[in-house]
Amino acid sequence: MVTCDPTKWLVQASHKPKESKYLTYLRLAEAMEGVDYLREERKKAQFDVEAMKVAWAGSRQAFEVSDRMAKLVANDPVFEKFSKPMLARKELFKNTLRKAAYARKLINDLRLTEEEAKWLRHYIDEPNYTDLHWEMFVPAIEGQGTNEQKKKWLPLAQTMQIIGTYAQTELGHGSNVQGLETTATFDRQTDEFVMHSPTLTSSKWWPGGMAKVATHAIVYARLIIDGHFHGVHGFMVQLRSLEDHSPLPGLTLGDIGMKFGHGTYNTMDNGVLRFDRLRIPRNQMLMRVSQVTKEGKYVQSDVPRQLLYGTMVSVRQTIVVDASKALSRAVCIATRYSVVRRQFGSRNGGPETQVIDYKTQQSRLFPLLASAYAFRFVGEWLKSLYTDVKQRLEANDFSTLPETHACTAGLKALTTAATADGIEECRKLCGGHGYLISSGLPELFAFYVPACSYEGENVVMMLQVARFLVKTVSNLGSKQPVGTAAYLERVAPLMKNNCAVQTGEDWLTPDAILEAFEARAARMIVGCCQRLAMFENPEEGFAELSTDLVEASLAHCQLIAVSVFIQKLKQEIPGNGVKQSLEVLCYVYALFILHKHQGDFLAVGYLTPKQASLANEQLRTLYSKVRPNAIALVDSFNHTDHYLSSVLGCYDGNVYPKLYEAALKDPLNESDIADGIQQYVQPILKQKLHYAKL
Amino acid sequence: MEGVDYLSDERKKAQFDVEAMKVAWAGSREAFQLSDRMAKLVANDPAFEKFTRPMMGRKELLKNTLRKAAHGWKLIVDLRLTEEEAKWLRLYIDEPAYTDLHWGMFFPAIEGQGTEEQKKKWLPLAQKMQIIGCYAQTELGHGSNVQGLETTATFDPRTDEFVIHSPTLTSSKWWPGGLGKVSTHAVVYARLIVGGEFHGVHGFIAQLRSLEDHSPLPGITVGDIGMKFGNGAYNTMDNGVLRFDHVRIPRDQMLMRVTQVTKEGKIVQSDVPRQLIYGTMVYVRQTIVADASKALSRAVCIATRYSAVRRQFGSRNGGPETQVIDYKTQQSRLFPLLASAYAFRFVGEWLKWLYMDVQQRLAANDFSTLPEAHACTAGLKSLTTSATADGIEECRKLCGGHGYLVSSGLPELFAVYIPACTYEGDNVVLLLQVARFLVKTVSELGYKKPVGTTAYMGRVATLMQNNCSVQTAEGWLNPCAIVEAFESRAARMAVRCGRQLAKFENPEEGFAELSADLVEAAVAHCQLIVVSKFVEKLQQDIPGKGVKQTLEVLCYVYALFLLHKHQGDFLATGYLTPKQASLANDQLRTLYSKVRPNAIALVDSFSYTDHYLGSILGCYDGNVYPKLYEAAWKDPLNDSDVVDGFHEYVQPILKQKVRTAKL
Repeated sequence: MVTCDPTKWLVQASHKPKESKYLTYLRLAEAMEGVDYLREERKKAQFDVEAMKVAWAGSRQAFEVSDRMAKLVANDPVFEKFSKPMLARKELFKNTLRKAAYARKLINDLRLTEEEAKWLRHYIDEPNYTDLHWEMFVPAIEGQGTNEQKKKWLPLAQTMQIIGTYAQTELGHGSNVQGLETTATFDRQTDEFVMHSPTLTSSKWWPGGMAKVATHAIVYARLIIDGHFHGVHGFMVQLRSLEDHSPLPGLTLGDIGMKFGHGTYNTMDNGVLRFDRLRIPRNQMLMRVSQVTKEGKYVQSDVPRQLLYGTMVSVRQTIVVDASKALSRAVCIATRYSVVRRQFGSRNGGPETQVIDYKTQQSRLFPLLASAYAFRFVGEWLKSLYTDVKQRLEANDFSTLPETHACTAGLKALTTAATADGIEECRKLCGGHGYLISSGLPELFAFYVPACSYEGENVVMMLQVARFLVKTVSNLGSKQPVGTAAYLERVAPLMKNNCAVQTGEDWLTPDAILEAFEARAARMIVGCCQRLAMFENPEEGFAELSTDLVEASLAHCQLIAVSVFIQKLKQEIPGNGVKQSLEVLCYVYALFILHKHQGDFLAVGYLTPKQASLANEQLRTLYSKVRPNAIALVDSFNHTDHYLSSVLGCYDGNVYPKLYEAALKDPLNESDIADGIQQYVQPILKQKLHYAKL
Repeated sequence: MEGVDYLSDERKKAQFDVEAMKVAWAGSREAFQLSDRMAKLVANDPAFEKFTRPMMGRKELLKNTLRKAAHGWKLIVDLRLTEEEAKWLRLYIDEPAYTDLHWGMFFPAIEGQGTEEQKKKWLPLAQKMQIIGCYAQTELGHGSNVQGLETTATFDPRTDEFVIHSPTLTSSKWWPGGLGKVSTHAVVYARLIVGGEFHGVHGFIAQLRSLEDHSPLPGITVGDIGMKFGNGAYNTMDNGVLRFDHVRIPRDQMLMRVTQVTKEGKIVQSDVPRQLIYGTMVYVRQTIVADASKALSRAVCIATRYSAVRRQFGSRNGGPETQVIDYKTQQSRLFPLLASAYAFRFVGEWLKWLYMDVQQRLAANDFSTLPEAHACTAGLKSLTTSATADGIEECRKLCGGHGYLVSSGLPELFAVYIPACTYEGDNVVLLLQVARFLVKTVSELGYKKPVGTTAYMGRVATLMQNNCSVQTAEGWLNPCAIVEAFESRAARMAVRCGRQLAKFENPEEGFAELSADLVEAAVAHCQLIVVSKFVEKLQQDIPGKGVKQTLEVLCYVYALFLLHKHQGDFLATGYLTPKQASLANDQLRTLYSKVRPNAIALVDSFSYTDHYLGSILGCYDGNVYPKLYEAAWKDPLNDSDVVDGFHEYVQPILKQKVRTAKL
């Protein structure tokens, strides 16, 4: 029967395949629904998961709001997001508009509070124009508008009769606001400003929601009166007709094109905007801090300019909180799949070893798990810092502002950089399957990475921190350092006293940890200052040594994260075993950084190689303590399967049937023979390519 | 503004002969010309346009790739391109396609594992593409561990056939490129079962689809596994899932060069040494290292050119802002990557030599260097692919916000590159193999002389004892000082691991417990290899004015950057004092200033066409902003002023009628 000629063998066998096997496996997958494949792992937990959920959320009330909104979104089929990556751009965008409208309707119908609405939008998990409207446009009017302006614009914005965006960045200008080129020239005769884009590079570029949806924008431009430049200010500009939504005469509007990832920010209409001498009334300049009078006089109000920093602190605090959310999603996926996945180590034909049991996996995964918690608590602490700053500002106390500013800038850079890297690391920790979109990790990464660039590019932020630190040290004789820089007052002992740790267990004391981080940061900063002093021109020195300065800033920011975690553990945290488990994570976070940056600790002479090695050994022991709690620790994030949108990270661990099922939904699987086979593959196989029309 | 070179001032700053550097980068004048010819052939052919790729839906995307592959094959046939030329042509088309697997895996598998008879039968069919093949090893539940595969091939002596079967869901073949929609055949790896007994994992040629109408054969379920990272990237590839339901294939379709199954069901091992298969592995990994230098150099080229174009802060008296490439923070992130691209290029070149050496030895039945060659290629694969993946993302960040646009080319380059960290051996698994080899080498030092890249271990006593003698920053500009530092660090870390392991009663337990430290020791060893191959390269004659001097600067940048990044290792092993580490860092800053004037010329030397780069930010003439602006308008969302969905989903909100709207 069997012949050696492959084509003949084929002819015998060739007939239409019987009904697809897919259905069998779909049924198989269904049959497995409802079984918890991670139950054994969950039983290993040594703490009360429900209490940990509250600790993660910040309070029982916060947990309940978040949980309610998460479930509301997860259970509503309108918010389905699996098919997102398969949609072409137009379809994708339309789908996002639909979800945003539906959410608006829910918020109205269910009379959700502002807090609830924020969580709802968060769990919809899809960037769209409403983010900019609520988080940038409305706050800009609130913060920079006069009372009159607020009375006029806020009701329109709050009811969404107008939709706004925030147009600062230009094609050629990002972080340096003073370098913006768009001009707003006052015309005394008509009592108007003339908005103009004098060059190609002055085109507004990037603002979300601007290309296709926003009717208005706060536009940042150089104010020019009688040929004189008076700084950069915000102006309320209408972009589109409220009748037919067409762009107004005098401006050019469009989308700037595709961005990293499939869905991610491609659901957002980041836009380009050019002005050709567009006129707006004088009262559309946001005038809380500076005014232009009818006569063309430029007047500073008595409102302290520092008030604007309050907003910045609030925005950065949100970014840190978001970092902990994004990192916790990635860690949740990688941890669950590391328990499900097995590789090597089979004995006598038994099952292979769970990859989470490998030390190489633990040493990459558990520090990220610890970082997610560390960032969560730093974010929570920043909230209290923001409240403190607001109170001080209201009392005209600006003494802590520089410190607060440096601290939030540094934590923004630290947490977003670590989160972006951490998500990609989690993807790698999932092996090959992490490369599939259905793992959720590629989209999470592509969605998250802009956080490293927006609201202050991370390296620029670190340089600002460095500038503050150098100044703090040089003023030590005359000015007492406050807040997160207070330790610098003890610079003399920190420079002198070296680490006293003698055993691996000695590292398990908060004081030993704190002192090590303080000494490292203080010594690195002082080292920078000493070398800066060798330069005649301080600015030149700052430029030349900027790389070292960034390293010193990083040391300072890591100290903040470590000490905030330690402070958190000094408070009462209810729940059986909760505090103990968090203590382990705190040590993992600190000792992981210590090992990763042991070069710093050794170079400044604070540690001996032996002490560094003891820390590393202790870290290994700590990993074993994390291991039984790993699944419970990620369950405590309380992420729904909808929010995670990852087959690898699904709660029940039933990964493989779900992966299989997901694959079948790819458009390529709609038919056995793909589009293009007839035209472009058959001619090759049949050796007729020469005549084929390609 | 067309035709103006906005980077001409930068190009004038070069202190070396760019044309000569292009030859040094390519390896030889001949290699340069060949590559250059193929690059231009692709760049000038509109059939290979790739800008619109990210905007396509999946089906359209695959169809477009099939078209390009057919067009590429037609060119290869019509122009009678050599095998080498065809390889370059496919590279420059720059789109993963089923042909990669056909030529890169299916064909070599038959060549390497087939008997003479099998080769005579299958190779001509594959050569002419009368059949199209892929390589089906990985399964849904099994990646790196080949011995864990579940697919079975059970010999049926009555019919003289193998029955190929997928007994479980996790045994489904999963990932093979070209499998989902295109391949007619596959080399399938399965557990050989004869007479109820398991005889290891072997390769089998299985036909998957009808050569008449391309439909899947009975018993075979085949499909695509869905979307992957990135917009275009690997979504142009039909990575597939494959399940067998007792599919029968003739006995002579098991690849039998090494192991045979007779008609009677007897297992016979041929006298072909099994080690021969390692030759292929060395070859594949050498290719991966070469590819790493290509991918990293693309990213670096884009980031360097845009860093020269982009200006930020530092304006004086209303003058232009500072070029971001002049910031030390930018240089300290960018120039080490530029140096790494060159380092990886030269280590790839050296691996080519190593492969030839291994081939010759294998032909002479000399297997003495195999373990070392194996560890070395495993480690270099891991080192270069990890550094390249991270480096591409770093380059994207170095481009600021615009690096996030697909038109920057960097998101797609990242997405298409990163699987290299996982395929052909997961990077951590490979480093553990290196560590195992290092520990073994150390423990055998008393009676076995280490060879090749581990030869330095023979001097372990000296390396443990003598510390660094550098006293000035200039002291670091000495190849011997550099190599010795890296040798001492690697030797001390390996020995230290060896000692810690000795404390465990069960060595395997110790190995598992200390694996994170072992990985660090393996990295130290691999970095030493790259550094010393770069140093060796510079001991050869390299023609062209200033070429060698410039490469020397890059070599020091590469080495001192690693030294600074890993100063913890150098300090912890006691080889360096903090003062010496700090001198190295000072020297590094000086070196950056030396790289600066040559930066653009150094990336021009890669000789990349704008087509291959696929990046607006990296375009040769530096005319970035008009091109970005122009590209934006090609997005489908800009087809109309008022976007699809506005009337249904935004107007009701604005008009306060969302309550009654149909959503």
